[in-house]
Amino acid sequence: MATAPQGSTADGGNSVSVQGITKRFPGVVANHDVDITIRGGTVHALIGENGAGKSTLMKILYGVQKPDEGTITVAGQQVSFSSPTDAIKVGIGMVFQHFMLADNLTVLENVVLGAEKLHGIGDKARAEIVRISDAYGFDLDPDDLVERLGVGQRQRVEILKVLFRGAKIIILDEPTAVLVPQEVDALFANLRELRASGHTILFISHKLDEVLAIADDITVMRRGTTVGEADPKTATKLELAELMVGSELPSPETEESTVTDVVLLELSDVSLLDDRGRHLLRDIDLTIHKGEVLGIAGVEGNGQAELVETIMAMRKGTGTVRLAGNDIAKANTRERRELGIGFVPEDRHRHGLLLDAPLWENRVLGHQTREPNITGPLINRRDARKDTQRIIDAYDVRTPSMDTHARALSGGNQQKLIVGREMSGDPVLLIAAHPTRGVDVGAQAAIWDHIKRARREGLAVLLISADLDELIGLSDRIEVILRGRLVGEFDPRTVTPQDLGSAMTGGQDAETKDETTSTSNGEGAAS
Amino acid sequence: MMPKLVSGVLAPVMALLAAIVITSGVVVFVGASPVDFWEVMLSWPSNRNVLTVLNQASMIFLSGTAAAIGFRMNLFNIGVEGQYRVASYVAAVFAGGAFLPGALNIVASIVLAMLAGAAWAAIPAVLKVTRGVSEVISTIMLNAIAVFLTGYLLSNYGEKAADTRRTTPLEDSTMLGGFKLFEDKDGAVWTLSLLAVVVGFLFWFIINRTRFGFDLRATGMNESAAVASGVSVKRMVVTAMMLSGAVAGLIWLPNLFAETASGNYFSSSVFQSGLGFTGIAVALLGRNNPVGIALGSLLFAFLGVQSTQLEFAGVDVSNDVVLVTQGVIVLTIVIAYEVVGRWRAAADQRAVRAALDANANKQEVAA
Repeated sequence: MATAPQGSTADGGNSVSVQGITKRFPGVVANHDVDITIRGGTVHALIGENGAGKSTLMKILYGVQKPDEGTITVAGQQVSFSSPTDAIKVGIGMVFQHFMLADNLTVLENVVLGAEKLHGIGDKARAEIVRISDAYGFDLDPDDLVERLGVGQRQRVEILKVLFRGAKIIILDEPTAVLVPQEVDALFANLRELRASGHTILFISHKLDEVLAIADDITVMRRGTTVGEADPKTATKLELAELMVGSELPSPETEESTVTDVVLLELSDVSLLDDRGRHLLRDIDLTIHKGEVLGIAGVEGNGQAELVETIMAMRKGTGTVRLAGNDIAKANTRERRELGIGFVPEDRHRHGLLLDAPLWENRVLGHQTREPNITGPLINRRDARKDTQRIIDAYDVRTPSMDTHARALSGGNQQKLIVGREMSGDPVLLIAAHPTRGVDVGAQAAIWDHIKRARREGLAVLLISADLDELIGLSDRIEVILRGRLVGEFDPRTVTPQDLGSAMTGGQDAETKDETTSTSNGEGAAS
Repeated sequence: MMPKLVSGVLAPVMALLAAIVITSGVVVFVGASPVDFWEVMLSWPSNRNVLTVLNQASMIFLSGTAAAIGFRMNLFNIGVEGQYRVASYVAAVFAGGAFLPGALNIVASIVLAMLAGAAWAAIPAVLKVTRGVSEVISTIMLNAIAVFLTGYLLSNYGEKAADTRRTTPLEDSTMLGGFKLFEDKDGAVWTLSLLAVVVGFLFWFIINRTRFGFDLRATGMNESAAVASGVSVKRMVVTAMMLSGAVAGLIWLPNLFAETASGNYFSSSVFQSGLGFTGIAVALLGRNNPVGIALGSLLFAFLGVQSTQLEFAGVDVSNDVVLVTQGVIVLTIVIAYEVVGRWRAAADQRAVRAALDANANKQEVAA
């Protein structure tokens, strides 16, 4: 799994080696035991799905964040950064995905901004910019206003900024996300020039075609750690996708079907428009039966969140929604919850918790009109606390007490509390959006078990997940959502990740123009 | 873990110390002696002034509570000032009209004041939920409108008295004697100052013990989570704003109905303006909780009353220097609470880790 530490100076001055990096944030371990060795003068690709820990690692490399454990070695010297300035000093530069340029300034002004000491702000700086631009084929005029530049040119300004500051090691965060294919080709040509002149490039991406086209080495991250390396000359996209999504992870095998023929949730012709009148959801028809888990697969941003929020009445869609045969189109969020819809939101910090409130108050949240939390118009503290203890015990929420603020818990424990809460009060339907995202392996298995058990007892579940293994393992049926429509139904017993990936990206296996849609197969799951 | 009490007291103490240092600096800067200054400021007030402090504190407390109701759900009702002005005018007109006998007149005026305050506060609330207008802007503008509106009504419908206009003074039967803690000449604690106690208790109870209070706090802590939990935020905005306005309506009533107060009518000289802004500061100081607001009100009332003694004691500083003290307290308290809050969060996390390390074996790994 880990890279054997190599002599990091073997390939010249610009090698980087990261060993045993661990970074914890309150409630979550973003990186653990990350080992990467980047040879000098190469393009090294770092791939992994969203949330795999790539960004945290980059920030550590660029001095934005300090690792809790582990070492960084640059050109054979162990270094420790307390700010990006330190990283720049040893020759590391970073190009962020979102450009940090002042539109109303010229290329020259943008480049020298904050680096005035290097070459001044006059002719010397201009000469240096022209020199760099010529050397790597950037084709930039120092006196052009940035607001007149295209996206590709702006990106080159960003790279130029980094080179101007003397960077020999350049980190590029998803550089192709904003580019059209021709611009990607141009970028790659620039990168090859840079490599030829001895620069080291760390290329972060989840677009496998591009990675295979440009990289000399590939490192794959998943769930906060490096899980493998691949040689782009021999690796296939499928292999990389598997490494990224992790098909060898403990898979949530469902037992025999418990699907009944009682329809519990029925959506017909549900549509949702945004402010500008575009369809976020279009003519959605779906049914979930008692005891059935319906999985929704899709590249993120294709309407999953909107579908969930429409069912929860957090957004007002059109069409009919029936719960256990009753039309609930007019019911608001609270009434729908009271009818027995449990909701595990996608973003637990935004939608699921009061971070600065104690756990027992978080137990009340979303159930503040139901026993045991209330008696009449009053909060029943005693019974609410008693029930919180029940959830803490039954769902193995690790906390010193129920008076601890939710913020202090780890992501996995926060999520177990939410799942426990939403399973309380005998729900008939559970909407689980990415229920195991960002939680540890132990909590993941526990949450899967709870969902499976509830399903046996007749719960209907709408499961949204980016983890295809989770979808295939838990679902009785899988629907694929693409640009706000349901575009295909699959049987998880026979479907392969390739079939799903193909449906998720609209049946294309190669490049697509739409950047929200990833290129192919397993990658779809990853974005 | 840091004891809760320590962390609760630490921030105000830090803020007070900073305020003392900075105020002393200002006093030195204007050429007076800080020793003399503090000697006057920190002396025990006369009996008469003790009563003034209590009466002022109760009005400030009502104002602070009105502001805190909004703050608890991140609703910045800067319009307490205008709400209690309008409400005070309405109550004074009604009470002066003596439509009802004695006590009934008082009760009806109180209810009317609350309704008027709520109605004035409903305007920004409705603008916010239907048009997305920031309540900060609209309440500030409504404060100005309230001044002009009451001024207009007074000068057109008010009763002439000397060179000014006022509402009809209250009849003796609708005035309240108050609690004379000392000799008669010292005055009294106004009867309706008790409203502060009642409102304080209700505020605590509703916020902490009722479903409505839970919804309100949840909306303040995390609006999107409150929405997901089924709270109708629009309805909460309107309700909380109107409650805030209703409480604001009470602010000046202790004065209006007090026999011992300087005037039992509404006029530009008798009406005490500015309490609405003091209330905002005190709500910040007291972290929007009733005990904190009570202590803050007493402190602000005390500083305000004591500063009037500076002149008599011959300390050569304007008594407005106390505004500097009050301002510095509010500024530093915000910073101090933030600092202490971070310490507490870190301490909490250490406690969680310690508790888990003690009994747990393997812990999380995450994305």
